[in-house]
Amino acid sequence: MKTDKKNRVVDFIAPVSAIAAILIIWYLCSEKEVVPRYMLPTPGDVLKAFAVNFPVLLNQSVVTLQEAVYGLLIGIVIAFIMAVLMDRFNFVYKAFYPLLVISQTIPTIAIAPLLVLWMGFGMAPKITLVVITTFFPITIGLLDGYRNIDPDAVNLLRSMGAGRMKIFRYVKFPSAVEPFFSSLKVSASYSVVGAVVSEWLGGFEGLGVYMTRVRKAYAFDKMFAVIIFISLVSLILMLIVSIIEKVSMPWKKKTDKLSK
Amino acid sequence: MEQAVLSAENVSISFGENKILDNVSISLFDGEIVGLLGVSGAGKTTLFNILSGIYIPDSGTVTLNGEDVTGKPGKVSYMLQKDLLFDYMKVIDNVSIPLKLKGMKKKEAREKADPLFKTFGLDGYQYKYPNEMSGGMRQRAALLRTYLASDGVALLDEPFSALDTITKSKMHTWYLDIMSRINLSTIFISHDIGEAVKLSDRVYILSGRPGKIIDEIKIDCPKPRPENFDLSDEFLDYKRRIVKSLHL
Repeated sequence: MKTDKKNRVVDFIAPVSAIAAILIIWYLCSEKEVVPRYMLPTPGDVLKAFAVNFPVLLNQSVVTLQEAVYGLLIGIVIAFIMAVLMDRFNFVYKAFYPLLVISQTIPTIAIAPLLVLWMGFGMAPKITLVVITTFFPITIGLLDGYRNIDPDAVNLLRSMGAGRMKIFRYVKFPSAVEPFFSSLKVSASYSVVGAVVSEWLGGFEGLGVYMTRVRKAYAFDKMFAVIIFISLVSLILMLIVSIIEKVSMPWKKKTDKLSK
Repeated sequence: MEQAVLSAENVSISFGENKILDNVSISLFDGEIVGLLGVSGAGKTTLFNILSGIYIPDSGTVTLNGEDVTGKPGKVSYMLQKDLLFDYMKVIDNVSIPLKLKGMKKKEAREKADPLFKTFGLDGYQYKYPNEMSGGMRQRAALLRTYLASDGVALLDEPFSALDTITKSKMHTWYLDIMSRINLSTIFISHDIGEAVKLSDRVYILSGRPGKIIDEIKIDCPKPRPENFDLSDEFLDYKRRIVKSLHL
């Protein structure tokens, strides 16, 4: 019991002290002008800019969030189809796996201008970029789930007369739920970053457009405020995924309770 | 002459150059518990995979109640070594999988499985998850699933091997009791000679590779067996005979 309490205190103190240390170093670097203050505002300046500009940030985030969420949802659908096909047909797996890996080595910043060129300044290129950045981790997560099943579980169902579809329904799909959510958390944060990056290169509104605007105005306190806001949005998205995960996997809660 | 409910006739199978089973014939009669003993790698699980229809033998046939079921899965119920209860399903949904696979609706399958929980000593665990149960209870749930999948015949691959000695002993007593109540004819694989003698009406001995039936021993002690049967001279005689057959 004492150890439990001690662990909880450590769990709280460790990250808080790390963040505090970074803030102190940041403050000192700014205050002592290690980097000129107009380029590196103090944490206090950023906090102030964040509070003052919060309504603007909120307003700009609507478009960015739309792009991120639409892209993520399309990414999930594509990932699901790809993973099923790659699991079912070895030829598809062998043909597409290297392409999937290669697609992830291409820097998003390099394709974004091309997408804007091809699709214009609307939402389409942004959503496309989000799809490209998010579907890979989800595909790999699902594929891992489908492929790492216990062969005995398959034999058990086969002995009961289950065909391929039933085996998928009872064994493969449920086995992929956990890796799916792990990868979805990664993709959720990628989706916001992807949307912001694509907005840098052309667009009319969104956090990325706003970021470019304040950077060009040398308003670095506002720029830091946008960065913090983007991090917060990513964290909120990841939190939402975690909540959906907990609701979708009630058996996990029981396991966690038992292991404590 | 009584007809076997399940039988394998002259079954042989090879994987590549390796002959795993060579002309194996075994039978199971109604209400019987038959033990299958053999050294590791003798082909016991392969034989079960053939009996359950998962593998198609190179030669020979499998018959269930007179029907040829060679290479036809879904006819003979099979409990594999692990309990294989799915963590993501409640216990009642786990045990009723075979009913749902036969086309029953979830609600109907639950209704059919529910009353059996009491018989199998699992009452109150219907809506729990498998990880909330002990090892012995999980085995009982797996056996209930096997029973629901069965048409009176089941194959059990080392059903008690994962349990500790005390739980195993309790499970043996429970198993003999439940078998007398539900009339499930079973063949079970075991590595434990004592377990095979204690539970079986007959024991088949499978030789090393390629697997061949080298002995069939009838355990001539009526059921229910006396409490101290496993301490009796008769029990030890059976064990000696099996050890001799296995060339241990």
